[in-house]
Amino acid sequence: MKSICLYFQIHQPLRLRRYRFFDIGNDHYYYDDFTNESIISKMAKECYLPANKILLDLIKSNKQSFKVSFSITGVTLDQFESYAPEVIESFKQLAETGCVEFLAETYSHSLAALKDQDEFKVQVKSHSQRIQELFGQKPKVFRNTELIYSDDIGAAVASLGYKGMITEGAKHILGWKSPNYLYCNAVNPKLKLLMRNYTLSDDIAFRFSVQSWNEWPLTTEKFVNWLDHLDEKEEIVNVFMDYETFGEHQKKESGIFEFLINLPAAILKSGSYKFITPSDAIKEYQPIAVAHVPHAISWADEERDLSAWLGNSLQNEAFTKLYELKKDVESLNHERINKDWNYLQCSDHFYFMCTKFFSDGDMHSYFNPYNSPYDAFINYMNVLSDFKIRLDELRENGKPALSIENELLKKDRLIKKYETEIKKLKKKILSD
Amino acid sequence: MKVLMFGWEFPPHISGGLGTACYGLTKGLSKIDDLDIIFVVPKAYGDEDESKMKLVGANNTHIKQIQEHIRKFKSKHTYLEVESELIPYNDPDEYYTFRNSKLFGKNKLFKVNSEGKLEFTGKYGANLIEEIYKYAYVASTISMDNEHDIIHAHDWLCYPAGIAAKEVSGKPLVVHVHATDFDRSGGSVNPKVFEIEKMGMDAADKIIAVSNLTRNIIIEKYGQDPSKVETVYNAVEPVSFEQKQANKKGVKEKVVTFLGRITMQKGPEYFVEAANAVLKRTNNVRFVMAGSGDMLEKMVARAAQLGISDRFHFTGFLKGDDVFKMFEISDVYVMPSVSEPFGISPLEAMQSNVPVIISKQSGVSEILTHAIKVDYWDIDALADAIYGIIKYDSLSRVFKEKGKEEVDNLKWTNAARHVHQVYSAVIN
Repeated sequence: MKSICLYFQIHQPLRLRRYRFFDIGNDHYYYDDFTNESIISKMAKECYLPANKILLDLIKSNKQSFKVSFSITGVTLDQFESYAPEVIESFKQLAETGCVEFLAETYSHSLAALKDQDEFKVQVKSHSQRIQELFGQKPKVFRNTELIYSDDIGAAVASLGYKGMITEGAKHILGWKSPNYLYCNAVNPKLKLLMRNYTLSDDIAFRFSVQSWNEWPLTTEKFVNWLDHLDEKEEIVNVFMDYETFGEHQKKESGIFEFLINLPAAILKSGSYKFITPSDAIKEYQPIAVAHVPHAISWADEERDLSAWLGNSLQNEAFTKLYELKKDVESLNHERINKDWNYLQCSDHFYFMCTKFFSDGDMHSYFNPYNSPYDAFINYMNVLSDFKIRLDELRENGKPALSIENELLKKDRLIKKYETEIKKLKKKILSD
Repeated sequence: MKVLMFGWEFPPHISGGLGTACYGLTKGLSKIDDLDIIFVVPKAYGDEDESKMKLVGANNTHIKQIQEHIRKFKSKHTYLEVESELIPYNDPDEYYTFRNSKLFGKNKLFKVNSEGKLEFTGKYGANLIEEIYKYAYVASTISMDNEHDIIHAHDWLCYPAGIAAKEVSGKPLVVHVHATDFDRSGGSVNPKVFEIEKMGMDAADKIIAVSNLTRNIIIEKYGQDPSKVETVYNAVEPVSFEQKQANKKGVKEKVVTFLGRITMQKGPEYFVEAANAVLKRTNNVRFVMAGSGDMLEKMVARAAQLGISDRFHFTGFLKGDDVFKMFEISDVYVMPSVSEPFGISPLEAMQSNVPVIISKQSGVSEILTHAIKVDYWDIDALADAIYGIIKYDSLSRVFKEKGKEEVDNLKWTNAARHVHQVYSAVIN
């Protein structure tokens, strides 16, 4: 019996506002609230809420035999909290079914794994903590930003106590080998790897509504037929994609939701497949071989490497200049600063600076607020300059005793504290 | 004395230095007694300041005898029928659309609207050559309808109009050279533009150049008789104090500014390299490149490559008040132009108490004494000058004081008086 592992990634960049040179030193707010809010609300309405409802119904109607997994970045959770708390509620409902696993990743969808181990660990921990608070489960399997993986990153993840990790079944890594088995890390074989089957995944994620594709239209029968044609011995098919596939990358009108509704029944019908989560997979299967990945891979673009984020001099410059500030941020340990520091590390900022326009321009233009990569770079560097000025000021003057910022933060914390208390009391009253 | 003056743009609808200069000059001329100006632009919007002169829009001129005029015009001005991609001013905002569009030279006959008027965009757009052509054509009608003693045409876009007007009225023509294609193209001149420029200069009774630098180009490259070419320097409009609001400078470091179109003519790459050199010696400085243009992306990439992007900022195209805001927070203004016929912006900087560094290859360097002058290619000298001004307060203080004094004495009325002398000499 083969296993099907469905995994969905959820991330929305926290877009920066148009931050001009004149703002440097004068205005310390960097985010484009209007755009962020409108995109989150739109996505909630067109993708997250309808898709969550479908999944919830599927889990109920299939009585625990349908399972899925998610990873949601901290940046996205923060935005849901501010702009669409109902999305979080619906994920909580999914979590309560016991058939949904949430994976660990970096809090801010960052590239910290490539630069700084300590920072990486801090971010992973804070993300896992957040997931546990919200969904009541401690993530056991790790998913790095954009499925970025290398032997070293795998070893670092293993040292954090994770038993498994998911990554791209990149052709130049696997060669003749099949992604449809479990592999393990080359440094620490205890870390098991799930490899994305990019053909079957992208058939849904990218090609579903492409009418020029010779397999269009894709039906559930056709998809199951492809599964049937896989080698008998193969164990696990990893179908990993953006959750935005449902309703955004593939619009409602393309029939993607109907495809999702009918898929589990079609797969389960023959009795030769079952759905599992990544944690189940690493318990159930043994790795078939070691995966050697000396240079980092990812799931992005044709190259499946890092060139989408760190491929030109603009990106490298911004990335280096950002992490030069790390020491100052750490030594200050100032709440507002830490928050901005987290958000500034989002890989999206670097993604927007990508100049590989011609081959993968389509994917890069998704949710991109800038006209050109140069524009993105200029804006980011202006923000970074202001951030640095704040760091310098705080370091020189010591922590501001009673700034408005701090006061607001204190009040915020107080409100949150009371809110949780109220919730607890309400629950108590109800159960009594 | 009545002057029929042809320009291409007029405040507030300007995109380059030409409009500013024309406005300043006409304002100056209006203070001279017994001198009336009819200022013609391709497109009058209706909100221009007409207190100083009568403004005529070619788009508002009624056309008579259309067919006959076109035939006559075409036979006499065949050189205007060009079908090439011309980029006359590299107006930053228009540049991209302009280069990408395939609209050149499609219409050979003009369409008039229901009132018998031609329509103009008044921009440096894709149909520029057609517009120049139409403009010249309307100019002959305007020349017939408006009595005048002398014709004055600003820059090559208006030369054909000036020539056409002269043919109708027979009055003397003065052409005013604000720039030549040698400045704009860095030597690889567009032959069509050159032809129109030379045609205008040949037809003129007198040529006014904005600097000796430009005067030499006119004599050497366009083969004009030196006695026919007169230099009249530009000036700068005094800034009223309401325009200068106090702006909070957000950064503690010294700010070194480049402001202008980011094109080859303005030498932005020398500014980037000099910035890199200065940053190696001091950290207490930020560089700002304000403006846009076809070399912007190259400059962004170069700054990133040098690893100075945290100290080197870009603002994009600045309009109106933002220009003054920029000067307000600047400690040094740098104009490393490769070839600048005049260059009004350093004067504007000096008005705002900003010390300036200008290239020797600029017209304005001929009249300024309280400015540092370097060769545009001499990055070391440029870096040295920047370092000196930001590091030694006394130096910058002297430049501010003396510079302000100097620039306040550069008045458009003086330039206007000079132009008036030229008119009188031509008429007599």
